[in-house]
Amino acid sequence: MLVSITAMATDTVPDATNLGYLLHKHPDRVRSVDVGFGRAHVFYPESSAEQCTATLLVEVDPISLSRTRTGSKGAQTLEPYVNDRPYVASSMLSVALGRLYGSALAGNCENRPELVDQPLDLEVSLPVVPVRGGEEVLRSLFEPLGYAVACDVVALDEEFPSWGDSPYLSVTLSSKQTLQRCLEHLYVLLPVMDDRKHYWIGEEEIEKLLRRGGEWLPEHPKADFITKRYLRFRSLTREALAQLADGLDDTDAADETNDASEQAIERPLSLNDERMHAVVGAVVAAGGGRVVDLGCGEGNLVRRLLAEGSVSEVLGVDVSIGALDKAEKRLHLDEMSERRREQVHLIQGALTYTDDRLRGFDVATVIEVIEHVDEERLDILSRVLFGDAAPGTVIVTTPNVEYNVHFPKLSVGTLRHRDHRFEWTRAEFTTWAEQVCSDYGYTVAFGPIGPDDAATGPPTQMAVFSKGTGGAG
Amino acid sequence: MRDELDTIELPEVGLVVLVGASGSGKSTFAKKHFLPTEVVSSDQCRALVSDDENDQTVTQQAFALLHDIVDKRLELGKFTVVDATNVKPQDRKPLVDLARTWDVLASAIAFDLPLDVCSAHNAARPDRHTPEHAIKRQHKGVRKSVRYLRKERFRRVYTIGSLAELDNVAVERTTLFTDKRDDHGPFDIIGDVHGCHTELITLLDELGYDTKASPISHPEGRRVIFLGDLVDRGPGVAEVLDVAMSMVEGETALCILGNHENKLSRALAGRDVQVTHGLAESLEQIDARPPEFREKVATFVDGLISHYVLDGGDLVVAHAGLPERYHNRSSGRVRSLAMYGDTNGETDEYGLPVRYPWAEDYRGTASVVYGHTPVPAAGWVNNTICLDTGSVFGGTLTALRWPEKELVSVDAEDEYYEPIRPLVDEEVERPPLLLDVNDVLGKHIIETELAGRLTIEAERSSAALEVMSRFATDPRWLVYLPPTMAPVSTSKRPDYLEHPDEAFSYYRKTGISQVVCEEKHMGSRAVLIFAKDSDAAQARFGITNEAAGVIVTRTGRPFFNDITLTASLLDRVRAAIDAAGVWESLSTDWLIIDAELLPWSAKAKELLQQQYAATGAAASTMLPAAAEALSAAIDRGVDLADVKDRIEGRSAHVDKYIDAYRQYCWDVDALDGIEIAPFQILAAEGEVLAKKPHAWHLDVIDSLIENAPDLLRPTWRRFVNLADDDQIAEATEWWVEQTEVGGEGMVVKPSDSIVTNKRGLVLPGVKCRGREYLRIIYGPEYLEPANLDRLRERSLGRKTSLARREFALGIEGLERFVNREHLFGTHECVFGVLALESEPVDPRL
Repeated sequence: MLVSITAMATDTVPDATNLGYLLHKHPDRVRSVDVGFGRAHVFYPESSAEQCTATLLVEVDPISLSRTRTGSKGAQTLEPYVNDRPYVASSMLSVALGRLYGSALAGNCENRPELVDQPLDLEVSLPVVPVRGGEEVLRSLFEPLGYAVACDVVALDEEFPSWGDSPYLSVTLSSKQTLQRCLEHLYVLLPVMDDRKHYWIGEEEIEKLLRRGGEWLPEHPKADFITKRYLRFRSLTREALAQLADGLDDTDAADETNDASEQAIERPLSLNDERMHAVVGAVVAAGGGRVVDLGCGEGNLVRRLLAEGSVSEVLGVDVSIGALDKAEKRLHLDEMSERRREQVHLIQGALTYTDDRLRGFDVATVIEVIEHVDEERLDILSRVLFGDAAPGTVIVTTPNVEYNVHFPKLSVGTLRHRDHRFEWTRAEFTTWAEQVCSDYGYTVAFGPIGPDDAATGPPTQMAVFSKGTGGAG
Repeated sequence: MRDELDTIELPEVGLVVLVGASGSGKSTFAKKHFLPTEVVSSDQCRALVSDDENDQTVTQQAFALLHDIVDKRLELGKFTVVDATNVKPQDRKPLVDLARTWDVLASAIAFDLPLDVCSAHNAARPDRHTPEHAIKRQHKGVRKSVRYLRKERFRRVYTIGSLAELDNVAVERTTLFTDKRDDHGPFDIIGDVHGCHTELITLLDELGYDTKASPISHPEGRRVIFLGDLVDRGPGVAEVLDVAMSMVEGETALCILGNHENKLSRALAGRDVQVTHGLAESLEQIDARPPEFREKVATFVDGLISHYVLDGGDLVVAHAGLPERYHNRSSGRVRSLAMYGDTNGETDEYGLPVRYPWAEDYRGTASVVYGHTPVPAAGWVNNTICLDTGSVFGGTLTALRWPEKELVSVDAEDEYYEPIRPLVDEEVERPPLLLDVNDVLGKHIIETELAGRLTIEAERSSAALEVMSRFATDPRWLVYLPPTMAPVSTSKRPDYLEHPDEAFSYYRKTGISQVVCEEKHMGSRAVLIFAKDSDAAQARFGITNEAAGVIVTRTGRPFFNDITLTASLLDRVRAAIDAAGVWESLSTDWLIIDAELLPWSAKAKELLQQQYAATGAAASTMLPAAAEALSAAIDRGVDLADVKDRIEGRSAHVDKYIDAYRQYCWDVDALDGIEIAPFQILAAEGEVLAKKPHAWHLDVIDSLIENAPDLLRPTWRRFVNLADDDQIAEATEWWVEQTEVGGEGMVVKPSDSIVTNKRGLVLPGVKCRGREYLRIIYGPEYLEPANLDRLRERSLGRKTSLARREFALGIEGLERFVNREHLFGTHECVFGVLALESEPVDPRL
């Protein structure tokens, strides 16, 4: 990795080689330091009164990156040997900046203390910067800080033009800043642009890194964004976040999951809330009792159901152990009283397998689940759910594809979620539901969730199946 | 006065409850007649929960434990004796309930000895002293109990009334009537006859019986098993009974009870039964004979047993089939289930009872052969088969040869009775084959032919469940997943991480004389599982949609998201198979082919762009920029020559790395540009072909390639005699040449395919990857001596063990599929491979 900082002579600082004093590095020598993941060198490709450039080059040792187990969970986080990390400007470069330009970052200059607060005409050159969000993000981060930003996109492979661009930009930043401030900007913002896990940095150090922005970050229009990206790979509590950056939005900075992206598309409606509300209503209308939530995810519906007096027990079922772990934490199962604890259980299961643990429930909720199953496997799902588990009432929701025209962010013909195997029209959903009824002895009633548009119908469609002919349906 | 009790007979699958006051000699009796582990005593349970076998304050906990132990033992069908006073009905009730839960017979032995005997015994005990009034009360209780034990549903009740009886009585274990495990056949099992005498004789002739003999017998001593429902509906009920009764009497046949015999038996006994479903025909024909015949028939049908367990436990026959937990159990419920199946009172649109499809849930190791419900044709479902093919309704009369498992059937000569429900539905829809979550979740041990018992840990199963249920192809198709392959041991040569030397020396050490070196194609693993057409797919794989095949990745996902692309690719493969005549030569209408699909970029495009090309782009931008800055500084007289040399060295490596991955990429447009390199035909009807030598596979594949040269890509190969150093040198040379020009490398396999030696399964192949290719795996700069030295320290043990276990599972799954075992049996193997793949292993190996 590589970063060059060039100082130009100005009226107030006519000698550009003062850069050397500020950096504590003599322009005619090389300073080499071992930084753990490789060897860093500072040298000057040019040094004159008019213009002086200091280059920081780190010869990253690619093997050590992969052979060191990073992350708290160990085993699975082995980095691939084929890795851009040795070549791009990331958090590792921030670490190197801290090591080699530490005094300048701290604002110390023994020989020329008066230089520290002098703005210089600076140009920073970064040949390869991974920027999640591209030029737009780059500009939004640096322009408010007074930089002129120039950048070129690096091509992925010139032999395969169809592959398009790489995620890297060659960046030049120009501004009149004090060197200390400029280094702080790089120090904090390089990992933000990269937006990947921080390697070689301990958790405490992450906080320290962020503190380098103490003076300018609160005023930055993207302060919120910067903080969130900074911290999203840590398992942090709300308190820690609040402590770190007072007044910043303290919503969960959890990983952006696919669900989040689906919700982003649907957000204007806060459809998820409406859906939960409608489903809880349908469960209560069916009489509550023992409820199984199939595909419970992180337990959102389970939590709401437990709050209903008519619901005596909730079994949350999901195929993902990760989701169940999160649900367990979010529901605070370990803090529940024994009596309460007996009302809720979480188990791993899949609707593609019969499962005697799913039998004997009054109500089953299958919320936004069927569209994640391959259509040709729905016969098995129906058989397992209606034929084998056979709850008294089954509540199924699924997107109504007709409504998709109302989502501005969704291009025509694409589904709301990458993992959706299908999205049905109302007619398709009805056909499936009626087949289920005739195969397994249920009756069905349909209901809209969300605004019921005259032409397209609602964004989500709900079917409430009742076993036998005398049911509520 | 009754006779002295000399023998106590106890069913060997059963519960025995000892009833007697403290000191009445129960424990001594139990010690004398039963194994220590067969006796569950309340004192022992008191001690287990409280360290004191006399502690009366822990009675509740001790009995809870006692009941748990009894519950588990009866579940397993173990003979169990309960040694407690059991003098009150409420003490015995939970025990009788457990016996009923597990459908075993409960017996009681009451120890009704004189009070002074009990008191004396009790007083003589050094460690314990039960108060006299308690013994008195218990003693009274025993007296009272004896009268009620039969009412409490103890099937056998014995009372020991004196010290002499206590000392002299003998205890014998009896086997159940249903237990014929010692009878190994061979048998010919015949489905519902329903008075079709002509068809029965024709079938017996067909099966090689001497139908002129009396009783009818087989020259080789084979015997018939009638599955019940001999009577009613048909024209020859009396004649069929003649045949069956004489054969059973002459021990050339066994017969089990059908629901029609049961009803006939009740009618003949003068009970009031509805004369429906063809009973009238039976009664009429029976009554046309002399009265002795009626007597004989009544005795015969009255003596029929609900089911038999035969041939060492491998075969179970029951008229309506029987779930595993009821095999060799005895209760009214077992009898009823065996006769009628599991009905809940519901009826279908024809007024016939709806039966619970027990066969779909069946996971037992015993084959269950049954009749009762007419089906258009007999077919195995989960190791069960229904032989009622509706002879009386104008269908066929079917027999199953056991142990050969061959079906023999003869057409009915007439429709003697109009079927209530059409025998052949317009569309014969097979029910979806259900898998149960217990088939896969939790810790599993899978018995494999090649590697013995393999354990799949619960956490791995958990991880695999998500992949399997969310992303994998329908399990009905997914009968195989390819195993991972181990690389050769690390080379000792200075410039190589992997080299053929180690592959040859490995196989030489295992005692193999010939190996085949096969070109390793750099694409993505693809398994083609497909049938000749969608009818064949439905018949063999139970797939109900139109698809006639799938192409899956090594983790079981569909290779292409576009199903029409898959379909047209498979069509082209089918065309090659048609042209080469392989369907005929292998007598199959489905195949599983292991292959590599090229180009790599077809499947791995995202990975390529996000990781491989991106790294190349980053490196080839940054390193020249660094070199330029260094040059400028060097020009200023700064001493950086060595740094610059290194940077330029890295640049050169990166260029070669980019060349390496580019080799494996080309643009494709739908099917254009896609190539398939098959290297093994894994299975076809009736045979796991993976066991055949590689030369056979390559020959068949070559014949396919000739017929589709644009689509199918040949695999270069070279057979090497490991005793011939020249051949080894030539093969090594060949490897060097092709890897220098970008080949991925080769796989070295034993020519005979599957080889085991005394240390177990020999690795079925090891990969030996090329020097340039490995840049993609170990990074652009891995060949720098400083890097290579560190990379040599790789540990292959786990990968090798995984390769072996996954291979054994893959073959096992195929074996089970080919043998038409339960879908779950195959699925458990496939799932196992996926679960093993979730073990953390260095992905670069």
